[in-house]
Amino acid sequence: MIPLYWYVLFATALFCIGLFGVLTRKNSVAILMGIELMLNAVNVNLLAFWRYLYADPTVEPTRGLAFVAIVFVAASAEAAVGLALIISAYRRRDTVVAEELDLLKG
Amino acid sequence: MPIQIFFLIVAAITLISAVMVVTVRRMMHAALWLVLSLFGVALIFALLDASFYAVIQLIVYIGAIAILVIFAVMLTRRVMDDDAAQTNKNWWVALIAVLVVFGGIAATALSWTRLQVGPGIPPGDSILVDFGTALINPQKYAIPFEVSSVLLLAAVIGAIYVAVDRKGGKG
Repeated sequence: MIPLYWYVLFATALFCIGLFGVLTRKNSVAILMGIELMLNAVNVNLLAFWRYLYADPTVEPTRGLAFVAIVFVAASAEAAVGLALIISAYRRRDTVVAEELDLLKG
Repeated sequence: MPIQIFFLIVAAITLISAVMVVTVRRMMHAALWLVLSLFGVALIFALLDASFYAVIQLIVYIGAIAILVIFAVMLTRRVMDDDAAQTNKNWWVALIAVLVVFGGIAATALSWTRLQVGPGIPPGDSILVDFGTALINPQKYAIPFEVSSVLLLAAVIGAIYVAVDRKGGKG
């Protein structure tokens, strides 16, 4: 069988790749793509721990699944609002480059 | 084919396409690599006996969020020259920071003895029935579930409000 730490290392690698994208990309749509990768890594982690540890009698068996459902809802809400903000900013400022969106700069 | 080899192949495809998402110049290609990466994650969910979430991953992420990202890329197309630099000048600082984070998490995870456990009993189909009833049971997750649905509704209405073109300017 696949050991649990393989999943954990996979999720860590996916999270770190997403983090790299968030830190380095200039285009705000690409930054959102990095955030999606990070949220996926979180879901992999949650489901891996659910699958390997749910037989533990002290843990309710459906708890991990409920967590993942709420992370999915949060991810969809974040994508919808984020992309709407990017499109709105593009209309007003004609740019999606994060460095050029400096309206709040003093 | 043993399941470990299948896992390694799927993980390699997912991670390579994730690296392509954060490095390729053309935004449209990045969005298509994102689809492949999300599909790999769906396969990982299937390997974890979470077939429900494998399907949800296909419908919600690939069917909705990836399409939304592709639309956003198309709507904001002419802004960034595809041949210009797509990353910050300080990308190497981010690379060092990310490698440090990865090393830290990996070292901590590997030193945790509980991670060496094998998988539990396969959950079977009855877990989905339990999950469905737990989501509407007030003693369990009914309130968080309904609150998250209100959050999603508010986010959708807010997204429409923010993105609507009031002045009828260029679309």
